Amino acid sequence: MRLRTLTAALVLAGVASLAQAAEKPVDPYVVSNANAGATPVEGEQLLAAFHGQAGIARVVDRMVDLSIADPRIAEIFRATDLERLRRTLKEQVGYLLGAGVDYTGRDMKTAHKDQGINTAEFNALVENLQKAMDEEKVPFRAQNQLLAKLAPMKRDVVVR
Amino acid sequence: MRKTACALMAALGVLGAADAAQAGELVNGGKLLLTGGVSNVEGAGGGLASWATITGYETRDGIGGNVHATKVDLPDYDFTSYGAAVGWRDRVELSYARQAFDTGATGAKLGLGAGFTFHQDVIGAKVRVLGDAVYDQDSWLPQVAVGAQFKKNDRGAVIRAIGGKDDSGVDLYVAASKVLLNQSLVLDGTVRATKANQTGLLGFGGGKKDDYSLQFEGSAGVLVTKRLLIGAEYRTKPDNLAGLKEDDWMDVFAAYAINKNLSITAAYADLGTVATFKDQRGLYVSLQAGF
Repeated sequence: MRLRTLTAALVLAGVASLAQAAEKPVDPYVVSNANAGATPVEGEQLLAAFHGQAGIARVVDRMVDLSIADPRIAEIFRATDLERLRRTLKEQVGYLLGAGVDYTGRDMKTAHKDQGINTAEFNALVENLQKAMDEEKVPFRAQNQLLAKLAPMKRDVVVR
Repeated sequence: MRKTACALMAALGVLGAADAAQAGELVNGGKLLLTGGVSNVEGAGGGLASWATITGYETRDGIGGNVHATKVDLPDYDFTSYGAAVGWRDRVELSYARQAFDTGATGAKLGLGAGFTFHQDVIGAKVRVLGDAVYDQDSWLPQVAVGAQFKKNDRGAVIRAIGGKDDSGVDLYVAASKVLLNQSLVLDGTVRATKANQTGLLGFGGGKKDDYSLQFEGSAGVLVTKRLLIGAEYRTKPDNLAGLKEDDWMDVFAAYAINKNLSITAAYADLGTVATFKDQRGLYVSLQAGF
């Protein structure tokens, strides 16, 4: 029994490091929560509305799934490291909603600098996020509170 | 006033040049649901009030447009408006509306003849000068637009007979709109310089006053879903005509986006006293189609 637990733990650790290993390397950068592009919300209500970090993970995964299948923006994600994208997005939203998660990704300007994203494409992602939040049954007002944190990032994401 | 109009045109030119400099291929559509606003009685965004939004679902990379038809059923009159508006790069809006103010049976009581109808053409231009109502959520700064509306009424003789000084006029306005996503609120405030009597349906200027006055338009709404905005509006009006008292306008409204091509606005409007007939309250319905 103990051996089985140990084996399971080792397998899990192996899977975790495999996931990390599956990410492609990026140019070195200073890791900081300031890279998340906004400050966390006060209180725990909003996090509860998203059903905690587990709910955030479902929303992010669904948003990414919708976006890579979305003819309006699929092209943008073709060269994207989706493993890393999913992980850092979950961290970012978790950090912003006060889940006590640190954001280890790059700042918005650096992460999007070669993507050539326009306003319509930015909005397409917002619509996919709204759909994912609807499916997670996040109340509309709570959805807007997250969007209020993300909306100003358009200035760094949209470069043309 | 002429100086203000010149400044407006100059601003338009400068902004146009700035936008042309970043021109690339046009991408139409792409704005978020409802963020193009809805058409108001004068063809610009809003209901009774004017908003700072630029019509259409285009972003700064494209062109959008809308046609609208609006009907207000009042106890003693009928008001209809139809028109079209084009939005360019979410920056400039050009609009045209043709309004009909049908006095119906009331026309006979007013000595105008049953079914006597005033028509007014409204040609509008609006330029977004600063801010973004939707994206600038980390700032209290609203989206601000300046606009001008040229209005021409087809009943000059009657307008002069009731004491109006002119059958055409120009309104100038500054509108500020803001979506407060954190509160799911949409707020707007507009200051309008105008000589119009009942927005021009009864001409411009009068025996009491024949000068421009500053009037206020305000609206506040709650985003209930991403398709539905409910709220209220208030619009102050001048009182220029001697003997024909004019009241402020107000309404409660619901604007619903069926999709990005079709929206409907329903309101209950209180237009107060209109040409001696009191308590002109009724249903306002507006359909808008566009891209």
